Amino acid sequence: MENSESYKRRVKVHSPHSKLLKNTLSAFLFGGIICLFGEIIANIYLLLGVKSEDVYIWVTITLILISALMTGLGVFDKIARHAGAGTLVPVTGFANSVVSCAIDNKAEGYVLGVGAKIFTVAGPVILFSLISGFIYGLIYYFLTLFI
Amino acid sequence: MQKITYLDKPVYIESFSAVGGLEESRGPLGDKFDLIDEKDLFGMKTWERAEGEMSRLALNIALNKNKLSPDDLDILVAGDLQNQCVASSGGLFTFGIPFLGLYGACSTCTEGLLVLTAMLTASKNYSRGASVTSSHNCAAERQFRTPIEYGAQRTPTSQWTATAAGAFILGKEKSDIKITSFMPGRVIDGYVKDQSNMGSAMALAAYDSIAAYFSENDPSRFDLILTGDLGSVGSSILEEMLCEKLGENGRTISSLHKDAGLLLYDLKNQDMHAGGSGCGCSASVLSSLILPKVKSGEYKRIALLSTGALMSTGSVGQGDHILGVAPLIVIEGEDL
Repeated sequence: MENSESYKRRVKVHSPHSKLLKNTLSAFLFGGIICLFGEIIANIYLLLGVKSEDVYIWVTITLILISALMTGLGVFDKIARHAGAGTLVPVTGFANSVVSCAIDNKAEGYVLGVGAKIFTVAGPVILFSLISGFIYGLIYYFLTLFI
Repeated sequence: MQKITYLDKPVYIESFSAVGGLEESRGPLGDKFDLIDEKDLFGMKTWERAEGEMSRLALNIALNKNKLSPDDLDILVAGDLQNQCVASSGGLFTFGIPFLGLYGACSTCTEGLLVLTAMLTASKNYSRGASVTSSHNCAAERQFRTPIEYGAQRTPTSQWTATAAGAFILGKEKSDIKITSFMPGRVIDGYVKDQSNMGSAMALAAYDSIAAYFSENDPSRFDLILTGDLGSVGSSILEEMLCEKLGENGRTISSLHKDAGLLLYDLKNQDMHAGGSGCGCSASVLSSLILPKVKSGEYKRIALLSTGALMSTGSVGQGDHILGVAPLIVIEGEDL
């Protein structure tokens, strides 16, 4: 037969890599479009009289709403297949990960299905952003004691 | 070592059927399926129940094709990809046939045919039985990967779990397709930890079984050597190893080799990456494409090795290697 190392080399030779350049470019393009869209709606909200310090909260909420709707309609994953990090990195990816879990687990009930499993994908993001926020806060606190 | 059983009295495949979903209908075998549901739900409310319903429909069609009733079957062996094989038991219990559940991951189609052949051969109590195998893309995605609507890019080595089921009715009465020998495979370490590269993890198991079987059989007597779901990556690894290690025999086997995962879909236009997978993949390809060709005489003798990647979300999460297994059966045409 074949030993572990020589087989792993064989697997490496035969396994095609992700198309890095194409994926990076489409992530840049789709991510850019989402950000541009965010800027446009921010300006619309400003025109509608939303206070400038509140406007980005409104933009975030709007993007979350649109992503949630698109996930529910089954369109998001088809776009994300091409957009990759372009839809994953902005708040759109976070919204999709929560809503897709909710839809997926609805059949198992609202408490043990949706309730228990809604953050299975987003959970690590929430946990580690809280932890890093806490650490950042500590650093900031101690720095301000001396500066 | 693996033991090859050559049957003095063959077991006959009396009837077979294939049921599939949307992507399967869009593939090159789409019009060869007995039943397609483009909604993938088969009238059910959840993906898990849809898989069970697929099994039920597949067996029903196979029974109807030969004008048989469930009472004509002495034993039912079935398996799927869901935890505790609930699709098979849930979908098939209403037939009231004694039942054995099987789990061989994607190797279940061959495993079922092998087990059923052995039972029919070993005991006069069993004169006719059925083997049913299913997998459902959405049920498998939910269990092994991410939510259905989750937006992510898949790696080029990943494979698409087929939404498909196949049912086969085997008996001792003479008909035009027969099973003449079988060989269970060994569980082989695939050395791969990445569950997006299962073709590579299973290629060694396929190689192990092929090397064992063809150490005492002449591959040139075969028209086709069909693996289950190695996909494009696993197939090219297998063919390279055969040519390197088994010399002239290996080159013959390699030239006769096809993979069900590469036959079920149009890889380029359906965005299927490395090809199809799942228990339903080899079952539906065998039923829709291969057995009709054996029946018509185009293939006189074929070897079928469905390949199973043995792992769970737990074992992959804990960094274990994915293990592979590849049972083998030989199917021949019978001159009636």
